Amino acid sequence: MRELSTSVITDHIEEMCIRANNILPPDVAACIRKSREEEPWPAAKDTLDKLLINMDIAETQSMPLCQDTGMTCVFLEIGQDLHITGGDLYEAVHEGVRRGYSKGFLRKSVVGDPLNRKNTGDNTPALIHADIVPGDKLAVTVAPKGFGSENMSRLIMLPPSGGVQGVTDFVIDTVRQAGPNPCPPIVVGVGIGGSFDRVALLAKQALMRPLNRPHPDPYYRELEQTLLTRINELGIGPQGFGGKTTALGVSIETYPTHIAGLPVAVNISCHVTRHVQEVL
Amino acid sequence: MDIKITTPFTEEAARSLRAGDAVLISGTVYTARDAAHARLVALLEEGKPLPVELRDGIIYYVGPTPEKPGQVIGSAGPTTSYRMDAYTPQLIALGLRGMIGKGKRSPQVVESMKEHGAVYFGAIGGAAAFTAKTITQAEVVCYEDLGAEAIRKLTVKDFPATVIIDSTGGNLYESGVDSYLASVR
Repeated sequence: MRELSTSVITDHIEEMCIRANNILPPDVAACIRKSREEEPWPAAKDTLDKLLINMDIAETQSMPLCQDTGMTCVFLEIGQDLHITGGDLYEAVHEGVRRGYSKGFLRKSVVGDPLNRKNTGDNTPALIHADIVPGDKLAVTVAPKGFGSENMSRLIMLPPSGGVQGVTDFVIDTVRQAGPNPCPPIVVGVGIGGSFDRVALLAKQALMRPLNRPHPDPYYRELEQTLLTRINELGIGPQGFGGKTTALGVSIETYPTHIAGLPVAVNISCHVTRHVQEVL
Repeated sequence: MDIKITTPFTEEAARSLRAGDAVLISGTVYTARDAAHARLVALLEEGKPLPVELRDGIIYYVGPTPEKPGQVIGSAGPTTSYRMDAYTPQLIALGLRGMIGKGKRSPQVVESMKEHGAVYFGAIGGAAAFTAKTITQAEVVCYEDLGAEAIRKLTVKDFPATVIIDSTGGNLYESGVDSYLASVR
């Protein structure tokens, strides 16, 4: 059985936290550039130009793109034939976050208790989602998530009669209500199906999908495109100052659900939609 | 053409600005987020003096990343402003003249801005490395225990911002979207 030491996992997560916060994924960067070229509204073009300058400064000077370096979402896909050695896997993840946020001069944005609100001082704990998958590898995704956009996310348990129209209306309404708050241009992750808990995770997982990779099912690919078009007809624009570029992309993830339900979750992410993946 | 704003930011200067104006702010601004606002307003409610002078002042809603050796400040873009709405009217009544943030404000905040002559500026959310370059000095003045949320005194030079809500209630989030939509109809 293949072995992987927790110390290797910690080292990788440390580096991934820093890289994710300083360098935008190529698909998101390309999408901002393309939107800049296609944006007809001068003020919006100007705002998008500033985002491009910011990306350049952050990368060349190793500075975080955004001061909200997020709560650290870590997705683990653990091969069932992999033996992890050397201690507690989750603690290895937290330690990687702890080191990355210290060494990378990233902001510590986590409070240890939601009501008593004392900062933990090291950005831990991470939000860990682990799945067991075939194989003997460990796929790690590190996705720092800012809360300007997280706070604008919503979930609804629609009746099945709501159908695709109900889903569409909820997504558009969520984006309209969010307006300028989540730092548009946004990326919209939509979860449909499953249960109350699962649908929120689906929406988060949708945000991990590269913007240049549409849904494999033509039905959902078309729905993603329809939602993106509708969102960009709202006129909110970059930063909410007006313009075409309200969203860079819409990604949908689905799961089977109960005969009585149609859960829908919309997880909004800002233009600094960060994630890096490595397979160990 | 960008309008130059310097601190102290007078009521006259504030009342002359209109939503959509591009400005460059120079002088002193104080940082404060949720936790610092809660403490400031708690002091007011106890009738105690504030640790910073807010009359004709500007507050920037920001919690920067830690500065590296040799840096004045880390990345420093705006946080979402509505979380400060519950506290803001009391600070505006004291003479707070400008706020820099991003996102919508409550009707109560806008009413208070109209009454006392204050302006809400937007900096570009998420362009935090870009914005940090206009901050020339930074020092923690109080609430150091809050870390990123401590109140800092910043010296800024040509800090780029846009008037989002002016002292007449004009709102770029409405007028900007309306103008764009009218242009594509």
